[in-house]
Amino acid sequence: MLHFDRWKIIAIIGTCLLGLLIALPNFVSKESLAGWPDYMPKRQMPLGLDLQGGAHLLYAMDTAELKKDWLLALKDDARKQLRDAKIGFSAIGVQGDVAQVRLVKPEDSDKALVELRKLIQPVGNAILGNSGFNIEVAAGSEPGVFTLKPTSQGIQERVQSAIGASIDTINRRINGLGTSESTVVQQGRDRILIQYPGLTDIEKLKKLVGETAKLTFHEVNANTSVEEAKSSHVPLGYKIVQSSEKEDEPGSAREYLISESVIVAGDDLVDAQPSFDQQTNAPIIAFRFNQSGALKFGEFTSKHVGEPFAAVLDDKVVTAPRIISAIRDGSGQITGNFTVESANDLAIKLRSGSLPAKLTIKEERSVGPSLGADSIASGKTAGIVGLLATAILTVLAYGTFGVYAVIGLLVHGIMVAALMTLVGTTLTLPGIAGFVLTIAMAVDANVLIYERIREELRAKKSPIAAIDAGFNRAFVTIVDSQLTTLAAAIIMFWLGSGPIRGFAVTLTLGILTSVFAAVTITRLLVSLWLKDAKPRSRTINVPV
Amino acid sequence: MFLVPDFKGIDFFPHNTRLPFMRFKTLCFGLSLLFMALSLGIIAVQGFNYGVDFKGGSLIEVRAKSGTADITAMRQTLGGLGLGDVQIQSFGTPADALIRVEQQAGSDDEQQAAMKKVIEALGADFEQRRIEVVGPAVSSELRRTGLIAVLASILAIILYVWFRFEWQFAAGVVIALAHDVLVTAGVFSLFNLEFDLSTVAALLTILGYSVNDSVVVADRIRENLRKYKKMDLTELLNLSINETLSRTVLTGVTTIAVLLALYFLGGAVIRNFTFAMLFGVLIGTYSSIFIAAPILDYLGIKRDWSDAGTKPGRPAGAKA
Repeated sequence: MLHFDRWKIIAIIGTCLLGLLIALPNFVSKESLAGWPDYMPKRQMPLGLDLQGGAHLLYAMDTAELKKDWLLALKDDARKQLRDAKIGFSAIGVQGDVAQVRLVKPEDSDKALVELRKLIQPVGNAILGNSGFNIEVAAGSEPGVFTLKPTSQGIQERVQSAIGASIDTINRRINGLGTSESTVVQQGRDRILIQYPGLTDIEKLKKLVGETAKLTFHEVNANTSVEEAKSSHVPLGYKIVQSSEKEDEPGSAREYLISESVIVAGDDLVDAQPSFDQQTNAPIIAFRFNQSGALKFGEFTSKHVGEPFAAVLDDKVVTAPRIISAIRDGSGQITGNFTVESANDLAIKLRSGSLPAKLTIKEERSVGPSLGADSIASGKTAGIVGLLATAILTVLAYGTFGVYAVIGLLVHGIMVAALMTLVGTTLTLPGIAGFVLTIAMAVDANVLIYERIREELRAKKSPIAAIDAGFNRAFVTIVDSQLTTLAAAIIMFWLGSGPIRGFAVTLTLGILTSVFAAVTITRLLVSLWLKDAKPRSRTINVPV
Repeated sequence: MFLVPDFKGIDFFPHNTRLPFMRFKTLCFGLSLLFMALSLGIIAVQGFNYGVDFKGGSLIEVRAKSGTADITAMRQTLGGLGLGDVQIQSFGTPADALIRVEQQAGSDDEQQAAMKKVIEALGADFEQRRIEVVGPAVSSELRRTGLIAVLASILAIILYVWFRFEWQFAAGVVIALAHDVLVTAGVFSLFNLEFDLSTVAALLTILGYSVNDSVVVADRIRENLRKYKKMDLTELLNLSINETLSRTVLTGVTTIAVLLALYFLGGAVIRNFTFAMLFGVLIGTYSSIFIAAPILDYLGIKRDWSDAGTKPGRPAGAKA
C-alpha cells in the first residue's frame, strides 16, 4: 500500500493543482478577478442569502379565489352555450362548488346536456396522455336542472397553469427592479419561492409581487347615485365599489356605482408607462390597448360621451373621469393619486400582466447587507482560528507526520472549495460551520491512522510494517465511521431548507474530500518520507 | 528528511492505560437512564422554547444606528403595540437586539402586519439586520420534517450498523443515540434555549459524531474478539475502550477546539447551533464509551468466528 507509481504521484499532484486552480477565484475580490486573463477559471461559489444579504419569500396562491373565478367563468360559458343553441333557462348561478343551470322546459334536458357537455375539455397533454376531464356535467336533483362541477384533476391543472403564469408575471415585474440573480420557482403544489440576493428594499419587492394588478374599465351608472342605490336597491348588473384612498388623506375613499360587466380589461393592454400630466404636472400612467381593446374602448366611448367611466384596479376605483370625446386610437391615461414612485410601480405591474389570484407570504427570511458582511468576516475568523488550533494540536501530537496531516488538511480545504465552486452550491453561514467541522473530521482519519501506527510500533513491528498496517487497518474504520455521518448529512439535505441544506452539502463534500486527504495525500507524503529515510539509516525512527 | 525535519509528537497517553471503565458500567447506566428520564420529564413539563421556524411568528434583529440599543425603552415601545408576547434580548454587541413577536391569530397577512408594526414603532434609529417571518402552515410543516429527519437519520444509522456489525452493536448504538438526542433536547428544554431548524441540524450532526465514535470502538471490539478468543468479554470490552481512548480523546479535543472557535468567533447567529454541537460532542463521546460498548456486556455476543484468524493480515470487518 505504501508504494506509489510515478504516474500515480503525478495524477494526485495534478488533481490537487486542478483543485487549487478552480478554488482560487474564491479567494480574490470580484474586481481583481476581472483583470485575470481569459484562460483562468473565474467562477466563484455563490454566496447564500445569509452571507450577501437579500430576501427569501415563500408565497402561497389563494386557490379558493382561483376556483371561484373559474366557477364564474363556467357560469358565463354555460349561459352563452345555451343561448347560442336557443335553449331557454330560468336561472343560472354558482351554488357552493358547482355552477347550476335551471331550464325553462325540462323536456329540453337531452338537448341541453349535449350542449353543456361541449364545455368539457380533456386534462393532460399530448405526451403524457389524457388523464381525465376538467369538469363534470351532471343532471341535478330535479328534472331540468344541471350542475357543472370542476373535477380534482381540472382544479389541479388550473392551479398548475396559474402558478406557471404567476411565475412569468413575477419575473417580468422583478426584472423591472433591475438586473439581478433572482430566482422564482414553484414549490409544492400551490407555492412560489422567490430568492433575491443582494436586495436591500424588500418592501418594494413585496409590493411588486403582492398585488394582483387586475385592471378593468367599467361603465359608471349615470342615472342612480350611490346614496339612492344604498337606500333602495342596487340596480341589476351593477355593484358599489370603493375608490382607493389618497395617501395623505385617510378616510378619503369615495364610493361608485359601476357596471358588473367589463368594457375592457388589462389583458388588452400592450403598454403602460409612467408619465406627467401636461397641465398639472401630476404623475400619470399612459397606456395603449391592442387592436381589439382599442375597438371595444372606442365603441364604448363614442356611445357614452359626457358620461363617467371607472378604471378599477384590484377591486378599487382608481379614477373615474368623464368621457370628453370618443377615444378611438386605443391610447389613454390614468390620473390617480400617484406619486412618481407609485406611478412607476403600477406601470410595471400593468405592463407585466396581472396575477391569476392573490399571493400571500407564508414565510419570509431576509438578511440586511451589514449582517451578511459581518457573518462572512466572523466565519472567516472562526475558520482560520479553527484550522490553526487543529494544526497546532495535530503537529504537537504527531510531530513530522502531524505536519503531513496538516498538509492533507489544506488539500482537503482546497478540494471542498473547488467542488463547491464546480457544483455551484451556495455558501451559507451554516455551510461555513459545516466546513469547519469537517476539518475536525478530516483530522480524525489521521488520528485513527497514526494511533494505529503507534500501537503497531509498540507491538514491536518493523517501522514499514507498522506504517503499512496503520493505513490498512484504519481505512476500514474510517470508511465505516464516515459513512454514518454521510447518511445523516444526506438526510439533512433532504430535510433541507436554505441554510441547513448548505450545511449538509459542505458536510457531504467535506467527508468525501477528507477521506481523499487523509488516506491519499498523507499516505503519499509518508511513503515519500519512507523512501527518503531508508537510505539514511538501517533503523528507522518513525516520527510519530 | 523530507519537507520537514523529523521530530516526534508528544504521546499524550501513557501506553497500556487500563482504566476500569467497565467497573462503572452499572453506575453509568443508572445515571444515563436517570438523565434520560429527567430529560423526558423536563420536556414533558416545560416543553421547548421553539424558535420562529417551529412556532411561527416573527424574529427581527435590529442594530441601533448610533449608541447602544436601549432594551428597556424598546420593551416599552413594543409592549404597547398589542401584539401579544414580544420578547427582546440583546444579541451579540450592545448595539444589537433581537425581537421576537409571537404568532398572531388569523392569517399569514397578520404576521406580516405585526412585523411591519414593530419596524414602524422602532422608527429610523434602527437598522434591520435580519427578518424572519414564518406563518402557521409553514411552521407546522417544518416541525414535521424536523422530527422525520431525526427519526430517519436514526433509522438509517441503525440499518447501517446492523448491516456491518452484529445486532448487539446496533442495539448499543441505538440506545446511545437515543440517549444523546434526548439529553441534548432535555438541556435545551431545561435552559429554555431556542429550539429551531439549526438545532435539528445540530442534533443530526451529533448523531453522526456519536455513531462515528461508537463505530470506532465497535470496530476495535470486533477485532479483539478475533484476536483474543479466550478473553473474558468484560475485560475485552474494557481493553477495546482503552485502546481507542487516545483516539477518542484527541479527536474530541480537536473537534471541541474547532467548535469553541466557532462559538466565540463565528457570530451570534450560529451561537445556538454551536452550543448544541459542543454539548453533543461531549455527550456523544461519553455515550460511546459508557453506553454503546457496555451494553454488549449485558447482551452478550457470538464468539465462534468460523473464519477468524485464517487471514490475520486482513483488516477487521472486511469479511463481516
